[in-house]
Amino acid sequence: MDMETIRELQAYGYIFFTIFLAVILYSYLYHLYRSEKSGERNFEKYADMALRDDVTDAPIEPMSPLNKAKD
Amino acid sequence: MQANNALNYDYSVAKCFTYATILFGIIGMLIGVVIAYQLAFPELNYLAGEYGTYSRLRPLHTSGVIFGFLLSGIFATWYYVGQRVLKVSMAESPFLMILGRVHFWLYMILMIIAVVTLFLGIGTSKEYAELEWPLDIAVVVVWVIWGLSIFGLIGIRREKTLYISMWYYIATFLGVAMLYLFNNMEVPTYFVSGYGKWYHSVSMYAGTNDAMVQWWYGHNAVAFVFTVPIIAMIYYFLPKESGQPVFSYKLSLLSFWGLMFVYLWAGGHHLLYSTVPDWVQTMGSIFSIILILPSWGSAINMLLTMKGQWGQLKSNPLVKFMVLASTFYMLSTLEGPIQAIKSVNALAHFTDWIPGHVHDGTLGWVGFMTMAALFHMAPRMYKRELYSKKLMESQFWIQTTGIVMYFSSMWIAGITQGMMWRATDQYGNLAYSFIDTVTVLIPYYALRATGGLLYLIGFFMFTYNMYKTMTASKAIASEPQNASPMAA
Ligand code: HEM
Ligand SMILES: [Fe+2]
Repeated sequence: MDMETIRELQAYGYIFFTIFLAVILYSYLYHLYRSEKSGERNFEKYADMALRDDVTDAPIEPMSPLNKAKD
Repeated sequence: MQANNALNYDYSVAKCFTYATILFGIIGMLIGVVIAYQLAFPELNYLAGEYGTYSRLRPLHTSGVIFGFLLSGIFATWYYVGQRVLKVSMAESPFLMILGRVHFWLYMILMIIAVVTLFLGIGTSKEYAELEWPLDIAVVVVWVIWGLSIFGLIGIRREKTLYISMWYYIATFLGVAMLYLFNNMEVPTYFVSGYGKWYHSVSMYAGTNDAMVQWWYGHNAVAFVFTVPIIAMIYYFLPKESGQPVFSYKLSLLSFWGLMFVYLWAGGHHLLYSTVPDWVQTMGSIFSIILILPSWGSAINMLLTMKGQWGQLKSNPLVKFMVLASTFYMLSTLEGPIQAIKSVNALAHFTDWIPGHVHDGTLGWVGFMTMAALFHMAPRMYKRELYSKKLMESQFWIQTTGIVMYFSSMWIAGITQGMMWRATDQYGNLAYSFIDTVTVLIPYYALRATGGLLYLIGFFMFTYNMYKTMTASKAIASEPQNASPMAA
């Protein structure tokens, strides 16, 4: 392969890669906001994990009802 | 695992690592101040024979502060934060308790041998990766134990979702594991060829490849040791200390993935204008600029967490330490990308501007955040209020002054140096010889060393404050929810 073809392929690879990554990034953002809007999850409540962190505090999202810490 | 009234978090391992953080902080920073004065006053090189020379002490300084001070700080906060955000006590698992202790003691033994061998001048000559192969194997063992500790605790957690700090601690674990293994692939010369001592080795990679692997490692060590675990700390300690939930949890997630992805490609900025392929250099430059986004994403998230709460800066010195830490994080993650631009790097590379940049990050961001974290943990671990707020305030200003002296002198020194190296007369001959630049820089070296000395003095104040908190401060009846209690 001559240098020019290599350069051309690099340029195509570069542009596709950039678009691909931008799409992933925006899809992740979209996913975050959509799952909040549809009520599937509330990400912001996880911030409370740092604030209510006594061993006796009720977990924000318990593992299972069985080993839930009592309050 | 039935929760009962007696269930408490167990901080015994966190306490051990707290002592180690303070011990290695003193050793590492003291050596740093010594070598800084050696650059200003070369006679200081001859105080202790071969053991006191700059070349012997420099790797001791870097290893001491990175793998002694900072790593202990990471472990100390992990053994504290991990339990709390997972809502499970280490005391619930005898296995994890033993593992934690083994982790600490193996780490200490390893560090002591490391210090001794570096003093003896035994090392691989790879920056930030100086330890010889037997010690590298020990490092792997310690790291695996830490991993077992992390995933063991996660295994018995009550909180289903992992808080954002946990993501960062896990990333630290995985990132360093990968970097360390690949960069320390080495050939023990004695066993392969009969040359050298049994503990000697050479890198498995040669020439340009070695440089690339080395800076893939060096650069990402900045990512996974100087950045990622410190973000883990600030995402827990700033909200907890200020009582404010993270401004945007979604932004924290987005910045996490952004940082993870972008950081790994930017290492080429350490090898601009070298023999590595041009595209590697260009990629390093470009990704360095992009890196501003996820870095500032976390930093701005922290500053916005304090929205409407800026009064706390006045009332609570711990908040002040943390806010300044995130501000210095923003400064160094803006300065770094600027230095990564090829034309800027042509001037900045090999000059004192680089250590200037390094210490914006390490003293301002890493050091301040680590000390603030330990300050926050102390009343909870020792059930006493912090010993002195006044002392903390003076420490803050003394160290901040130290950092400003450090980076301002190094900016001027670095740019002067860079300009003098490239200056030519009308015939294209170099205008200056190397020694000309050295003489010009001496005053700046003295300033820098004094800035470092101020920071060290502040660290002694921190140590004294912590010691008094552990031993002599007023006992507190119940654990404080947010702002750490402190005596005037
Ligand atoms: C966006 C983030 C950052 C970028 C793009 C960046 C970029 C750079 C560049 C271009 C260099 C100089 C390479 C040379 O010419 O020798 C450098 C050196 C360095 N930076 Fe950064 N930096 C960033 C953040 C940080 C932070 C936050 C820290 C520490 C907490 C840090 C620690 C270091 C260290 C230790 C070196 C010196 C490496 C050596 O030569 O030994 N950097 N960085
Ligand atoms: Fe870098």
